[in-house]
Amino acid sequence: MTTLTLDIILLFLLVVSAVAAISVRSLLAASMFLAIYSLLMALIWVHLQAVDVAFTEAAVGAGISTVLLVGTLVYIKSDEAPAPLIHWPSLAAVMITGAVLIYGTFDMPPFGDPTAPANLHVAPYYIAHSLEQTQVPNFVTSVLASYRGYDTLFETAVIFTAGISLILLLRQSSKHKRKKRS
Amino acid sequence: MKENLIVREAARLLIPFILLFGFYVIAHGEISPGGGFQGGVILASAFILYALVYGSKDSERVLSIRVSDPLTSLGVLIYAGVGVATMLLGGLFLDYNELNPAHPPAGQALGISLVELGVGITVSAVMITLFNEITRVFRK
Repeated sequence: MTTLTLDIILLFLLVVSAVAAISVRSLLAASMFLAIYSLLMALIWVHLQAVDVAFTEAAVGAGISTVLLVGTLVYIKSDEAPAPLIHWPSLAAVMITGAVLIYGTFDMPPFGDPTAPANLHVAPYYIAHSLEQTQVPNFVTSVLASYRGYDTLFETAVIFTAGISLILLLRQSSKHKRKKRS
Repeated sequence: MKENLIVREAARLLIPFILLFGFYVIAHGEISPGGGFQGGVILASAFILYALVYGSKDSERVLSIRVSDPLTSLGVLIYAGVGVATMLLGGLFLDYNELNPAHPPAGQALGISLVELGVGITVSAVMITLFNEITRVFRK
């Protein structure tokens, strides 16, 4: 019962912070609401016992992203342009897509169902063999770094590419400006 | 913010512990929650706190872009290098068993630690680079 209450409180606060993030005019306030959203999301992950995901959400979503978003605000106007009137076709498209997605969840197995397809494929093998095959007690790490090693390698490459692209875009342009000025 | 005594001293006290925690999360990812990605972000946040409090001139002296730029690629190179090493040892790409053929699980543990270190180096260096480039506009 208490878990259900906690779930309801967290999800309610999550919806409130999400709506607040898209409805405030000030982009600084919107960034703060996104940070709150991430922190609440991290709490929900902890509650779902996905501690590794919660850790990432708290460090990246609530931490680094907020700093980077606030830094980006310096480049752009810090207030959102006044919203246009409601665009009925897009509202209809969003409502229909949302309704279809919610309808789709009715066919999904209940949360934590041990007979769900996702829990019957390779997960039991990892759980049963991770410790003897890799000596790594936290099998989230062994799945990420060993069983799914290629995925993680290319994820790291994606982060590297993001860093390199930003260096190319921002460092070059600031050099260019300096040349023009002199 | 350097002239603000409370901010400066709080940062000075916190940064060593944030760094220690970051290294702990990278090194301890096999046993407790965390790993290279989370630890790398925590290491970067220590640098960002330092740069926010002490300014870009001091932070450039601690970790200049001449060091952080190569570090972004070093992590990926360590990760892919482990893969190439296992190939040279006669296995498949990223087949950590070859790192210790007599005792494959130990090879797995070693390989996982090495690639997590690689992930941590790249993630922290890229996050520091992102912060440096985005705040470049504040300088002089």
